[in-house]
Amino acid sequence: MKQRYVYVLAALLTGIGLSMFVYKWQVLGFPVSENQEAPVWTIESSVRFDSGPGSIKVQLHVPTLTPGFRMLNENSVSRGYGFTLNYGSGGREAQWAIRRADGQQTIYYRISVYEDDSVDQEDTTPPFPPMPVINEPLKTAVDVLVSDVRDHSADTASFTTELLRRMNDPSPDPNVELLMADVDSNADFVGVVTTVLAAARIPARMVRGFALAGRQRSADLVAWLEVHDGDQWRYFNPMTAEERLPDRFLVWWRGNERIVNVEGGSNVEVSFAIQKNYFDAVAIAETQASQRDAFAVDFSLYSLPIQTQAVYSVLLMIPIGALIMVLMRNFVGIDAFGTFMPVLIALAFRETQLLWGVILFTTLVALGLTIRFLLDRLRLLLVPRLSAVLIVVVILMLFISLTSHRLGLETGLSVALFPMVIIAMTIERMSVVWEERGASDAMRAGAGSIVVAIVAYIFMDMAWLEHLIFTFPELLLLVLAMVILAGRYTGYRLSELKRFRALSTS
Amino acid sequence: MFAAARKLHEVGVLGLNERNADYIARLNPRHLYPLVDDKVLTKELALKAGMAVPDLYGVITNQGEVRTFSEIVRDQESFVIKPARGSGGDGIIVVTGRSKRKRDTYRLSSGVFVSEGEILHHISNTVSGQYSLSGSRDVALIEYCVHFDPTFADVSYQGVPDVRVIVYRGYPIMAMVRLPTRASDGKANLHQGALGAGVDMSAGKTLTGVLGNEIVDEHPDTGALIAGLQIPMWDFILESSARGYDVTGLGYLGVDMVIDNDRGPLMLEMNARPGLNIQIANRAGLSDRIACVEAHYDSAASPAVRAAFARREFPANKGSADGGMP
Repeated sequence: MKQRYVYVLAALLTGIGLSMFVYKWQVLGFPVSENQEAPVWTIESSVRFDSGPGSIKVQLHVPTLTPGFRMLNENSVSRGYGFTLNYGSGGREAQWAIRRADGQQTIYYRISVYEDDSVDQEDTTPPFPPMPVINEPLKTAVDVLVSDVRDHSADTASFTTELLRRMNDPSPDPNVELLMADVDSNADFVGVVTTVLAAARIPARMVRGFALAGRQRSADLVAWLEVHDGDQWRYFNPMTAEERLPDRFLVWWRGNERIVNVEGGSNVEVSFAIQKNYFDAVAIAETQASQRDAFAVDFSLYSLPIQTQAVYSVLLMIPIGALIMVLMRNFVGIDAFGTFMPVLIALAFRETQLLWGVILFTTLVALGLTIRFLLDRLRLLLVPRLSAVLIVVVILMLFISLTSHRLGLETGLSVALFPMVIIAMTIERMSVVWEERGASDAMRAGAGSIVVAIVAYIFMDMAWLEHLIFTFPELLLLVLAMVILAGRYTGYRLSELKRFRALSTS
Repeated sequence: MFAAARKLHEVGVLGLNERNADYIARLNPRHLYPLVDDKVLTKELALKAGMAVPDLYGVITNQGEVRTFSEIVRDQESFVIKPARGSGGDGIIVVTGRSKRKRDTYRLSSGVFVSEGEILHHISNTVSGQYSLSGSRDVALIEYCVHFDPTFADVSYQGVPDVRVIVYRGYPIMAMVRLPTRASDGKANLHQGALGAGVDMSAGKTLTGVLGNEIVDEHPDTGALIAGLQIPMWDFILESSARGYDVTGLGYLGVDMVIDNDRGPLMLEMNARPGLNIQIANRAGLSDRIACVEAHYDSAASPAVRAAFARREFPANKGSADGGMP
């Protein structure tokens, strides 16, 4: 009966721990291995203009819906300007305003994004566009072109492709030539295309943005065509009629409006610079989780102050040490002093490094034992004797530190990291065992303690394990489940196979 | 490795994990531990239940009373000092006599003479808890020193041999005679190097012994054969140990008896976590015998009936037959 509760509890803990782990790993994107970095693109737009005599108002389109990308952060640098973010017809608009300004002004807007395939076009289905108001003779040209293209196409996509093909034709027909008369930029061209599409009652709009690739000092905006086929938005290359988006295309804004609008200024120039950095994946995951209001991130250890984080990254390894202790005790059957003494010694080993740790620990215990035996002759009472041993341990630590420093061995200084109370207790226990059960028993348990401490150290010092536990503390529930299961292990210990050899061989 | 484990399982050997999880944790409720961990309490309870125990000369409960030691033992030539909450025989001093010239110099069982000062220091250590299981304050008992029966004289090196009986839910299931050796310093504890001899539960005769984890036929110090010695008053020993369950309520119990030359078997102490080497001494597993008791368990059976059950069900050859041993 109890056995079943144990299994249920262990399964429950494992289930909770694992599902939280998988959620944070797969959904929130917390990295399972250390130092995992993801590329982050920072796009900086600078708006330069000469200030006029009166108040100045600058409106800049900034990214809103960016399929394939998620925003990490954004900020603006503009001395003395009031800054607001509004929603306009083409998406978000940043607006800066100032009562007076002198000379040339520069305003910066900076946004950092990282790739995230899960971000999709979240737009709703647009209504059919109204018939554009076009004056003659262009109206006739548009009407002829639309009916012509309609005859040669089957649906929205093929209509768009056919239209783009005709408009890009090196030797265009006269109607197209008429429409293209005022076109002198890519954007103008896409603008004309959207007008023709509107005349055919097809929702279409111009998209502008950047194809992110490495570092660009001055990036040019690319105009792209977006057409709604009744179900979703489709992207077309206006030059080739190919239906696709460029790789890593960051949509900056939509619509035919100009990117920037400056009231009260002149000689407006906008330039863009793109920078690619690598950013810690944990930080990205955190930002992502906080944008989703994820509960997990509120309880993430990364939200603690750095110093506290350092403490916890060590503390969280103690359960691992405890698990090792359980395995060594109940499955292997190694004798050790004190239940968790080896774990604490292993913690100290992390600071001193293994070889030095073992040397310092053995030296300390050996010296302490010698002095403990001398103290024994004084026939002190228990608590004063324990205190005397503790004080001797502290003095020995000091002595070892000073000596090694003199000899130029800086590692000796780390002896101060050993838990002195634990060492004093170890010395006391060892000396009692020594007196009553003999040196061999004391030595065996002492060696057992060191062996367990070394094994615990090996696991507690694994950087990837530390990272894993620190990033996913819920994995401790799995450790707990394992310890609980081990608590119901009733099989033989490894050492018992040797102990009862006489019974198994005869 | 797995083959060895399977073989042990077939023989019915009980492992530490199984003992702790399935028997001690289940059958020995924590609140009953003080009954056996505190030897003063055990003695009182055993006396009430009609078990024979060594006489108590005195109890020293605090540092202030340490001085009363010489008063307590004024009329005694020999006595034993032990911590009430000690374990594994640690902290026990056996005084077998006094120096002829100075009465305040005592001769220990090892033949060494010590001054009263050293004994007082030991008592004060005991009282401050050096030998207690939890390290907390303790009391020191001073009691009758057993003049042991000559049966085991040839197979003991100083000290007092005793009989350890494992009692499962009131039924004695296995026993061994624990014989001190030179290595054990006169103590009858297997961990400290004493020799354990298996016992035929039916006849009350010793079988071969175990030293450390090895099976031996002879005592390492005296060279005498261990097997075939008849334990005196075996029936009484079995019944007394069965009674240990009624006194303590512990379902998995070790009862230690000594056989005094004048007073017969006396219950020395009881143990809620008896060791497992008894299985090597008997060349038989505890699990089989536990299963046998479970199959025939009768909660209304009297200690005498339970002792009789043990004599009937657990002869030495049966365990051997089950384990496939000669």
